[in-house]
Amino acid sequence: MSGNNQRLSIFPTRMALTTMKGKLKGAQTGHSLLKRKSEALTKRFRTITQKIDELKRKMGKVMQVASFSLAEVQYITGDISYQVQESAKTAQLKVRAKQENVSGVMLPVFESYNEGGNAFEFTGLGRGGQQIQKTKEVYAKAVETLVELASLQTAFVILDEVIKLTNRRVNAIEHVIIPRYENTIKYILSELDEQDREEFFRLKKVQGKKKERAALEEADNAKKLALAQAESEHDAEISTPVLQAAHESGELDLLGDEEDEDVIF
Amino acid sequence: MSGGTSLQKDRNLIAVIGDEDSVTGLLLAGIGHTNQQQKKNFLVVDAKTALSTIETAFQEFTSRKDIAIILINQHVAEDIRELIDGHNQAFPTVLEIPSKDHPYDPEKDSVLKRVRRLFGE
Repeated sequence: MSGNNQRLSIFPTRMALTTMKGKLKGAQTGHSLLKRKSEALTKRFRTITQKIDELKRKMGKVMQVASFSLAEVQYITGDISYQVQESAKTAQLKVRAKQENVSGVMLPVFESYNEGGNAFEFTGLGRGGQQIQKTKEVYAKAVETLVELASLQTAFVILDEVIKLTNRRVNAIEHVIIPRYENTIKYILSELDEQDREEFFRLKKVQGKKKERAALEEADNAKKLALAQAESEHDAEISTPVLQAAHESGELDLLGDEEDEDVIF
Repeated sequence: MSGGTSLQKDRNLIAVIGDEDSVTGLLLAGIGHTNQQQKKNFLVVDAKTALSTIETAFQEFTSRKDIAIILINQHVAEDIRELIDGHNQAFPTVLEIPSKDHPYDPEKDSVLKRVRRLFGE
């Protein structure tokens, strides 16, 4: 994986380790939350998709009925399309958007409403007026279906986008951010261990040195002590008058003091 | 994404691009609107209408700030399929409707196509 060898450039201290651990925990919480959000959105998304599919089929039928109704009008009244087109001044059938909140995502819901009176009250007054009014009603109903479908479709588009975004985030956290934090923590731990070992080794070394020195000193001291003792014994020998005499006569040399090189036999 | 709330508050019109019968019927229902600049929110397409006219109208409707929904006949939508597939904003919503002469074919709908692609069918 791409995120495997990555880690944050950070100084390996215990402080940083604590921060990293906190961050890792945060990332894991965020990951699970986002995952849940994505699941909720997907559920909603599937419902909407199903509804869209249903409504699209229904729309086909509704529009068919409406077209047929218009054909009836044209049969009775003749062509009214030009008249209708020219008399379009202000819309009476309008839509307004309301917001619906699905796990933090604002979905618009269109709602159609009537404003103002009937603009085509006098259309076809001569003949077929009733038929025209009927057609108008049929079409108004069709528009209602269409508006419903439109709001579902908008929700579909928005949800699609948001789900993609959320999934991208979930994947980024799962495959990049969490491994990076884990690697950093591993790195810090290994560095800290290394430092510990180094410190331990250093202490051992120092202790060894100290021991060596102490032993050396002791040996030295012992030597000195021995030397001093020997010296004092020597002095004592000198100070003994009998030995002194023997020494002078050269008798004692035969027994002991080999160091005396001046003596030649 | 969904854009500002204030942006959607002004959107309350339904625009139509389609053949004469569809437009007449929908206008009869009362969606027709002519604004101060004498711009209508509907376009009648017949055999003589140039493709560029439809394209311009579609682009104008998508860029207008007061239109919430664009209804377009499926056979007209087929002609400017590129533009419709390229329109990926949530507002205004483009909705393909059947016309009298051309029965509705769910296979061609851009949204239903996306649905199928998403669910891997």
